[in-house]
Amino acid sequence: MAHAPSAESVALLDRFVAALVAKGVLTEDQIATQIASTDRASPEIGARMVARAWTDAEYRALLLRDGGQAAEAMGVSMAGAPPLGVLEDTDKVHHLVVCTLCSCYPRAVLGYPPHWYKSAAYRARAVREPRAVLAEWGTTLPDGVAVKVVDSTADFRWMVLPQRPAGTEGWDAGRLASLVTRDALVGVALPRA
Amino acid sequence: MSGSFQAGQRVRVKRDFPELRGPCHIRTPHYLRGREGVVERPLGAYPNPEDLAFARPAAKVPLYHVRFDQPSLWNEGAAGDTVLVELYEHWLEGTA
Repeated sequence: MAHAPSAESVALLDRFVAALVAKGVLTEDQIATQIASTDRASPEIGARMVARAWTDAEYRALLLRDGGQAAEAMGVSMAGAPPLGVLEDTDKVHHLVVCTLCSCYPRAVLGYPPHWYKSAAYRARAVREPRAVLAEWGTTLPDGVAVKVVDSTADFRWMVLPQRPAGTEGWDAGRLASLVTRDALVGVALPRA
Repeated sequence: MSGSFQAGQRVRVKRDFPELRGPCHIRTPHYLRGREGVVERPLGAYPNPEDLAFARPAAKVPLYHVRFDQPSLWNEGAAGDTVLVELYEHWLEGTA
């Protein structure tokens, strides 16, 4: 759980920001803009992108080719954000995203990562025993589906494009988006109708 | 900037541990050092984070998505499961 920052760390941060501004690395405005855009981002953005990909073949192709452009097409500013890659689940493969080194997460389209995503347990176990981790989420994959763990180690950020659940024929993108949870966007859960 | 490796090519992650030689910033997970995988696709070229982290001039290096067989990394797991990881070219070597 988040605790109020100590006076000491607030003072340290203030001095750090002052140094960055003094050296011309950043302006106070840039910092405020970045905080505002990170605060605005939430898994609803990723969910809308997935729902649109389920209902619009052209958008799906764009999403898989260039996640950043696909996010921009939904009105998300990707300026300064790392490249966004999108991992397509199929009948044969299910993707699970982790960052074993730290906490790389597609913040531009999912917002802040949940606490568990940054935990040592998730980071260590997702690459070593992904199926046990999925089982603890209540996520069981059909027979014949391989797990592909994506360890997000470098310049890209990764989001999962899950499969559209059965029983959603005729649904519009808005209704479909309501099925796509934060957990489904990193592959620990599956969307359910 | 195009790199030395192509999609489908078998590569080995260098079995190197620079963290034993001094301060460094490495984006190559420990559990992959010395392991073999297959290049899934090139991901472009990016400034070397090992220099960026220390505010040194950072040359762009090609980055690849490399796929590893998951059970053989850990001697446990389900056949067919894989791990896909972004790795920089200077950490990869071709296999004979």
